[in-house]
Amino acid sequence: MTLHFRSIEEVGTERIRRLLDLTEHMAAVGRRPNPKVPALRGKTVCNLFFEDSTRTRMSFDLAAKRLSADTMTLAVSSSSVNKGESLRDTVETLDAMGVDAFVVRHRTSGVPWQVASWTPAAVVNAGDGWHAHPTQALLDAYTIRHRRGLTNDFGGLKVAIVGDIRHSRVARSTTEILQLLGAEVIHVAPRTLLPPTSDVVTTTHLDDVVGEVDVLYMLRMQRERMGAGIVPDGGEYSRRFALDERRAAALRSDALLMHPGPMNRGVEMMVDPTELQQSTILDQVTNGIAARMAVLFDLLGSGGIEE
Amino acid sequence: MMNKEAVLFAGGLVVDESGERHFDVRVRDGLVVETGSDLAAGDEERVDISGCILAPGFVDLHTHLREPGMPEAETIETGSRAAALGGYTAVVAMPNTDPTQDCVEVVEFVSKRGREIGLCDVRPSGSITIGRAGAQLTPFADLAAVGVHLFTDDGSGVQDEGLMRRALEYAGELGVVLAQHCEVASLTAGAVMHEGECCSHLGLPGWPALAEELMVHRDIELSRLTGSPVHLLHLSTARSVELVRGAKADGLPVTAEATPHHISLTDERLSSFDTRYKVNPPLRTMADIEAVTAGLLDGTIDAIATDHAPHPSAAKDRPLDEAPPGMLGLETALGVARAHLDCSWQHLIGALSWRPARIAGLSDRHGRPVSEGESANLVVIDPDPDWQVDPSALASRSRNTPYIGVDLKSRVRHTMFEGRMVVRDGVATA
Repeated sequence: MTLHFRSIEEVGTERIRRLLDLTEHMAAVGRRPNPKVPALRGKTVCNLFFEDSTRTRMSFDLAAKRLSADTMTLAVSSSSVNKGESLRDTVETLDAMGVDAFVVRHRTSGVPWQVASWTPAAVVNAGDGWHAHPTQALLDAYTIRHRRGLTNDFGGLKVAIVGDIRHSRVARSTTEILQLLGAEVIHVAPRTLLPPTSDVVTTTHLDDVVGEVDVLYMLRMQRERMGAGIVPDGGEYSRRFALDERRAAALRSDALLMHPGPMNRGVEMMVDPTELQQSTILDQVTNGIAARMAVLFDLLGSGGIEE
Repeated sequence: MMNKEAVLFAGGLVVDESGERHFDVRVRDGLVVETGSDLAAGDEERVDISGCILAPGFVDLHTHLREPGMPEAETIETGSRAAALGGYTAVVAMPNTDPTQDCVEVVEFVSKRGREIGLCDVRPSGSITIGRAGAQLTPFADLAAVGVHLFTDDGSGVQDEGLMRRALEYAGELGVVLAQHCEVASLTAGAVMHEGECCSHLGLPGWPALAEELMVHRDIELSRLTGSPVHLLHLSTARSVELVRGAKADGLPVTAEATPHHISLTDERLSSFDTRYKVNPPLRTMADIEAVTAGLLDGTIDAIATDHAPHPSAAKDRPLDEAPPGMLGLETALGVARAHLDCSWQHLIGALSWRPARIAGLSDRHGRPVSEGESANLVVIDPDPDWQVDPSALASRSRNTPYIGVDLKSRVRHTMFEGRMVVRDGVATA
């Protein structure tokens, strides 16, 4: 059976721990003067992006290139998907060109599973609907591990994830990986931005947790959700759930401030995080390449990373 | 069209509304002409049905035949054949065709095509509103005059309470029945599956049980107000069953149906992201399955209806939000129902035959007792075999069955429509 990387749940604890160790190794490769290794020479990675994305697509592309894989990218605007060809036709056509792994992003939950049923290639989920974004989760976990000097046991770590949990694949996957590693996760959001049911502890009072947590993870809040009857329009969301000067000052000095990007300044982020020493936001971007190298190597690599 | 046949069904157990008895049944010229023990064969063909059950043919209150408009999904011919193979001698064709069954011309086209094919009785329903747009009533009386008995905007519910009230008032004097797809649309925008734990986990937009229950409640109260009958389509939630139980206790003219899939599959099936499990109303929880099953067993829910909804692979091989809802039902209904309902044959067949026949206004020819002078619309069921669906062997033009690899119980061996063997030994004869 083909191995995939589609959700944290599916990947499981043992493989996640191994991938975190592998990410560490890939991060070290990335710090070399020549960060390129021949590990995936002759392998072909196809990026199938049916939803706008800049950073994730470029991050995957660079990760594959650093492993010496050949890459192809189909972005939705240039694809025949818009010309009446079905998703399945597209996948089967590309598959016939000889693809070893598809990296799939789609606005609808489950598409990576559907793609996997139409091709023998490995499938990496680069974000599906509100469901999962497991490479983001891996890079988040690695970033915490690295910055806090942890092992793969996050016991005792307290993490608050703030914002639009309901519509966030990042919140789902990152919560899963952190819980799996032993961290305590709390969700901070109004009821309308939480999933219909949840077994995660929730609160609507950001001020109650902001000074306590080891990690404050701010989610992107889409402006379109405000005024659409999900949260009130105007500044109320920011007043209740944004990181402002007062809350930033309340953060512990050893806490981490995380955001998956892109940030909505003036919505969930009222301060400039680059001025906060707690911010990991650029680390997350850097670590994303290492995490994606680890995932691709885990799926397609044989033997070692070096020649 | 084939000639009517002369057949002696010998050695079977007859099950109909009057009870069960070991009788042979002689059929000639489209009618049951004699029943009794050990009938002597004359010049007719003797068909040995020892160990089998002979019953009035099934009646499906809820079939999407897709013609006119969507021949790549199903046609009246392929759908009629699927129905015959499933033991059905009559189906009510849902009106969400293209064009809609909202006028005499389209309705007559469907009836006529059904008669030409001649594999089962195809009875078109009519839409309640023109184009199923929820605004303007269709000509109920004109449509009733060409044989429409059941009216529905199935696929969506009539959202406007005032319009639904007037529709019921207007229908009352005509002796027709309005059937509701219960879904308050403002609660289900973008919904792909049941709202609950599973949808929260999968990040898919949810369809709350409440969206069905609010409209079930509303239409029960509108029936109370107007005195007109209401038939509630494909009930899927525990609270809906409870509401109908209350309505029946109050003596209201409310009837209800449930599908085989709503007593056999839960929302957890969507964890595979397989679009075959996307259906409207959605697959619900085990607690709902138990309540709907209990409703069918105690008669709160009158009928098993398939909501047979064919879709071609090209439509289902799409992301979950784009893939149309619906699954096949006609060829598996008996097998699923038998595997999931622990009841007598008489109760089960009643839910598949005479009770839906009455709701559909078809009880002059369908769901009749198996006795002298009645139309020979019959099914012969082999009660024993466990079997699995072979998708390539389905008569339906589509393949969207959720039951591949699932053990089903009991199979249709023969179906007789108007005295003709349209299915013989599990194979359609035309």
